Amino acid sequence: MAVLEQKVIGMTGDEAVAYAIKQVEPDIVAAYPITPQTIIVERFSEYVADGLVRTEFVAVESEHSALSACVGAAATGARAFTATAAQGLALMWEILYIASSLRLPIVMAIVNRALSAPINIHADHSDTMGARDSGWIQLYCENSQEAYDTCIQAWRIAEHPDVRLPVMICLDGFVLSHTLEDIRALPDETVKRFVGTPPEIRVKVEVPAGGGTEIVEVPYKLDPWAPVPLTMGTFAMYDCYFEYKRQQEEGMKAALKVIEEIGREYGQLSGRYYGLIHPYRLEDADVAIVGLGSAMGTASVAVDELREGGYRVGLLRIRCFRPFPVEQVKETLKNVRAVAIMDRAMSFGGPGGPLFMDMAAVFYGEARRPLLANFIYGLGGRDISVVDFKEAVKAIYGDLEAGAVREPMRYVGLRG
Amino acid sequence: MSSARLKLKDVLAKEDLLYPGHRACAGCVAASVFRMVLKATRGPAVAISATGCLEVATSILPYTSWKIPWIHNAFENAAATAAGIEAAFKAMKKRGLIDEIPDVIVFAGDGGTYDIGFQALSGALERGHDFLYVLYDNEAYMNTGIQRSGGTPRFAWTTTSPAGEEIPGKLEWKKPIAHIVAEHKIPYTATASPSEPMDLINKVRRGLETEGPAFIHVICPCPRGWRFPTNLGIRVAELAVKTCFFPLWEATCEDGDVKYRLTGTSLAIAKKPELKLPVEEYLKLQGRFSHLFRPEKRADLIQEIQAAVDANWGYVLKRAGLA
Repeated sequence: MAVLEQKVIGMTGDEAVAYAIKQVEPDIVAAYPITPQTIIVERFSEYVADGLVRTEFVAVESEHSALSACVGAAATGARAFTATAAQGLALMWEILYIASSLRLPIVMAIVNRALSAPINIHADHSDTMGARDSGWIQLYCENSQEAYDTCIQAWRIAEHPDVRLPVMICLDGFVLSHTLEDIRALPDETVKRFVGTPPEIRVKVEVPAGGGTEIVEVPYKLDPWAPVPLTMGTFAMYDCYFEYKRQQEEGMKAALKVIEEIGREYGQLSGRYYGLIHPYRLEDADVAIVGLGSAMGTASVAVDELREGGYRVGLLRIRCFRPFPVEQVKETLKNVRAVAIMDRAMSFGGPGGPLFMDMAAVFYGEARRPLLANFIYGLGGRDISVVDFKEAVKAIYGDLEAGAVREPMRYVGLRG
Repeated sequence: MSSARLKLKDVLAKEDLLYPGHRACAGCVAASVFRMVLKATRGPAVAISATGCLEVATSILPYTSWKIPWIHNAFENAAATAAGIEAAFKAMKKRGLIDEIPDVIVFAGDGGTYDIGFQALSGALERGHDFLYVLYDNEAYMNTGIQRSGGTPRFAWTTTSPAGEEIPGKLEWKKPIAHIVAEHKIPYTATASPSEPMDLINKVRRGLETEGPAFIHVICPCPRGWRFPTNLGIRVAELAVKTCFFPLWEATCEDGDVKYRLTGTSLAIAKKPELKLPVEEYLKLQGRFSHLFRPEKRADLIQEIQAAVDANWGYVLKRAGLA
């Protein structure tokens, strides 16, 4: 299938997100401004003001209400989008769990930013890592093109009947959100056709009939015209609650397959394929760098330069952090001897950063497993350079020589 | 507004939209209030509940009490959830998917309105969403076991404002929530009591017919939390009105001007002030005020409450142009 001709538009990451959402044209966008997400809200407001979308823009009074409004809207069967960062995501925390457990396919862009205190507006992953266990799919983007593409794919993933979970599209604050990039944009009608209309989900309910009851299937939404009204967000005790959680896990597991399927379909259309993980020069590698987000672009340059110096090093970027692609990661790294795991967030007092802990769990059961070394980098937007990545890799080679990881947690670019 | 007033026969002819067998406590007035409110719906409607007594009592899985679509999201966000629902229906209408916007009704208690839900409420009012917000005010966090809220009146006992040796119950006054809401200059604000059901039901209908936000503050005596026998709920509500502890009024906003109008018994009292009963008649039925009467009568504290009731009544009369 021929790849479509695409318009190249110079946009920042935030603008690319707003542009993609304009093309998707969800029913409602409810959002509250926060640096570095603000441009998304501003641009989208302009699209609304200019009549370019029929979307209802709800300029709420807090992020808590932004996600609450999205829950209400999505519960009616409408498409709902929001975007936030850092403190905003932290304020939404309570509702994150409700959105995922009600199986509402809300799409949210997170412009990754450090959490206070001290207050800081620059990139790290402490905000989304705090939402790691909230039941949302998390897709981390390397560049703004990927953010644009993922904002289109996300709806199909979230709404897939096997998944029915909300999706976070994570892009690093400023590094992506405020940096101009040439974005290849699909034509509006192609985007509309790709996202289509959400598939209807039906659930079984028991209703009074005659003197007894009967089981009927009804659309899973608040529909005042439906013959059988649905009660959503109920009170469930120990007899019913647990099953909800088990079903969410099923949705997550199904998402692994769906994300790849949607990625392939989108790839055929656009020429850009994104899956769960993105390996780079790993075929013969004995050391791998593993990480998330925009810094992995820098890491790939470090890989190239190290290879010129004779190091057999590769890179594995995890795009899909939740659900975690355990089997794919294991398979891809089965021949490496050591892994530099790059965390842009901390789990204070834990055995390592959040990515490190997942990686350790992935390899724990393996008879032959690589050395796993943890590097904490880039907190509060601290820059990480090609040189930093090269030094991390060299440190790992030192570990390999020593036969053990000499420092369980290393800090990149930390003063003093 | 030109709607015909609903009559008792209309109400009786209308199906109850709550199934019998909900899990509310014996004598729960809020459950009756919900049924009254739902009697005023016109057609397709969606209900949103904040976390609270009636949220729990009507939705314990695997059962539901609701005959209309209903959602509970969280405690503090009922208004924001309603905003999203209303916006979604507006979007669907724009796309030609639906012909009419259904009635969107929020049910929230005092905790979910005066306290934790106040921000979301204020935001939704400011944005002008077309929805009706029903505050069922049982004057404390009853669902968690009678803790004080911004809606708890002064000197009421609660489990977090106990009447002790030094402190005679809650020291702070009840937040004037309905006035605060009216001052958002929304098109329709009202207070109502289940002791005057037709007044309540017609206010609900008027709220639903209003374009934009409408808010109805309903006094909901709670036998468990207010400490009175389960058969006295409506009697206590009646005394709240007859003592002017809880005046009945409605306010509309036209051209930025908020106009109050007294209704029901409160209008009768305004015309004939001798009908107004002393607040003691209201307080003495309720165990939460028993420390004002036993072991010795605290006439000073009762007088303080009376003075506040009189001042508020005077304020309402003035707002209604009757003083």
